[in-house]
Amino acid sequence: MGVIKIYKETRYMSSGDRALVIEFGNKISEEVNSKVRSMTIAIEKEGIEGVIEITPTYRSLTVHYDPMNISYSSLIEHFESLENKLGKIDIPLPEIIEIPTFYGGDQGPDIANVAQHNAISVDEVINIHTSKEYLIYMLGFTPGFPYLGGMDEKIATPRLETPRTKIKKGSVGIAGSQTGIYPTESPGGWQIIGKTPVDLYNAYSDSPILLDSGNYIKFVPVNWDEYKKIEKAVKENRYKIKKYPKEERLI
Amino acid sequence: MKQFEILSPGPLTLIQDYGRYGYQKSGVPVSGSMDSFSYKISNILLENNEDEGVLEFTMLGPKIKFRSQCTIAITGGESSPKLNGKPVPLWETIRVSPQDELSFGIMTKGCRGYIAFAGGIDVPKVMGSRSTYMKGKIGGFEGRQLKAGDILKLKNSEFFPEDKKLPQNYIPLYSNHYELNVILGPQDDYFTSAGIDTFLSGEYTVTNECDRMGIRLEGDEIEHVSGGDILSDGIVPGSIQVPGQGKPIIMMADCQTTGGYAKIATVVSSDLKKLAQAKPGDTLSFKKVTVEQGQKIFKENIKLMERIKSEISLKKDSSGTTFRVSVNSKIYNIEVFEL
Repeated sequence: MGVIKIYKETRYMSSGDRALVIEFGNKISEEVNSKVRSMTIAIEKEGIEGVIEITPTYRSLTVHYDPMNISYSSLIEHFESLENKLGKIDIPLPEIIEIPTFYGGDQGPDIANVAQHNAISVDEVINIHTSKEYLIYMLGFTPGFPYLGGMDEKIATPRLETPRTKIKKGSVGIAGSQTGIYPTESPGGWQIIGKTPVDLYNAYSDSPILLDSGNYIKFVPVNWDEYKKIEKAVKENRYKIKKYPKEERLI
Repeated sequence: MKQFEILSPGPLTLIQDYGRYGYQKSGVPVSGSMDSFSYKISNILLENNEDEGVLEFTMLGPKIKFRSQCTIAITGGESSPKLNGKPVPLWETIRVSPQDELSFGIMTKGCRGYIAFAGGIDVPKVMGSRSTYMKGKIGGFEGRQLKAGDILKLKNSEFFPEDKKLPQNYIPLYSNHYELNVILGPQDDYFTSAGIDTFLSGEYTVTNECDRMGIRLEGDEIEHVSGGDILSDGIVPGSIQVPGQGKPIIMMADCQTTGGYAKIATVVSSDLKKLAQAKPGDTLSFKKVTVEQGQKIFKENIKLMERIKSEISLKKDSSGTTFRVSVNSKIYNIEVFEL
């Protein structure tokens, strides 16, 4: 509604002597986050000497660098010129990653709560939850934890009054108008509606983290047999995650 | 295969190395040794690869029984190490034999100590590092702090380095107060100028909530313009977050990669080693520097480390005495030998 989400002028700020922040805006918006993704990819492609790693977030990037190789001011100059030619850089389309999920039962003990709170049926909860593509705004909090956007308000449900001390790894939950997945076992107050057999975080795998910020995930309902099959394939390291470019599916 | 056994672990003993890089975008903290100076020196004394894992202990060292002959080096806070009940020195190599027992007293100065082993501890790298990240249950020894009965292996069984020590003038002095250089930002505009003055002129005390993730401070409340919450963004070790109640928290090695409180400033990376040695009750004050000054300090520290490294490797069996001489405000190390 005419609210400016992207700053007219990108802000560069220091985060100590070995990191700087490139900030594009101050709100959660797909537009700002898409710019964060493009800039992250552009910097990685450019291969600037001294850049160590990047932490992309909702609306900014923290770039970790080695001041022995490059100074704060010359790094900013570099980024400013990169930002100016961002439109000309070939940025691949974001991907949609399918997350097979078993809903309800012991794996999703709170799905009835969510249905009841919103005065809809359990099947409707599943339909609504699986109908959307959720933007991965950023990863943080714990290894591989995705901050997702775009959940339908029709299934929004407050957190549990008493958090659980143990939530199983792979649990899919709702907290307010957010949805998410627990990459590791941890305590938490989310309403747990299902569970995925896929590993979001496996330190001992070749690619320890499944998701990248800027991509999307789609929950796909599976029955118990399918769940067990996928679980076995994941354990035997032969499960292939389904993913495809976001736009392709719209055609 | 060389081995040693942990008889008692002390409150917190962990395998740490240089840190785990490349996964901050995925929410995996860097971890690594809190005091990078003491860590590096312990490996340099033993001619180890600079990224070998060492033991980091907090406030009280572990009790260790050696099962093989090897050489070790202990650095960091004043931890009163003893071999078979007899005091042994910090900051130099120590040769140990099978059945020897290493023990420690309570730390009298500083907070953290490091024990390195010639050849390095034989644990696998996980996601590129041997550092233990306790919350993620990865790295180090089975992804956890050490406990009594753990048996650790050493990598290189045939390696016996020569005796070496860190020249006296480089041994850090630990106190109960540390002045830290800070670079304002990234969210210094979330604070009133009075708030920034409070922060830069006040003295802050390290509270009991002080661990590898962060250090909560007590002191004058820092005034925000309108609240301390921000839309979560990246944090780095050294970030100083100030939540709504106005009391700062300094993020340390195991900190989360993102956070939702405004960051008034960042401690320069070269000063994190001082913070690693601060314990509850110690006081801190903050001195503002520019990014350029902070990077100058960083470069000087790298050069200093190179100088120390070459001095240690030169000083093999020298029986000379080193004098530190200041001429026209430049400092020289002069070594004198008896002929």
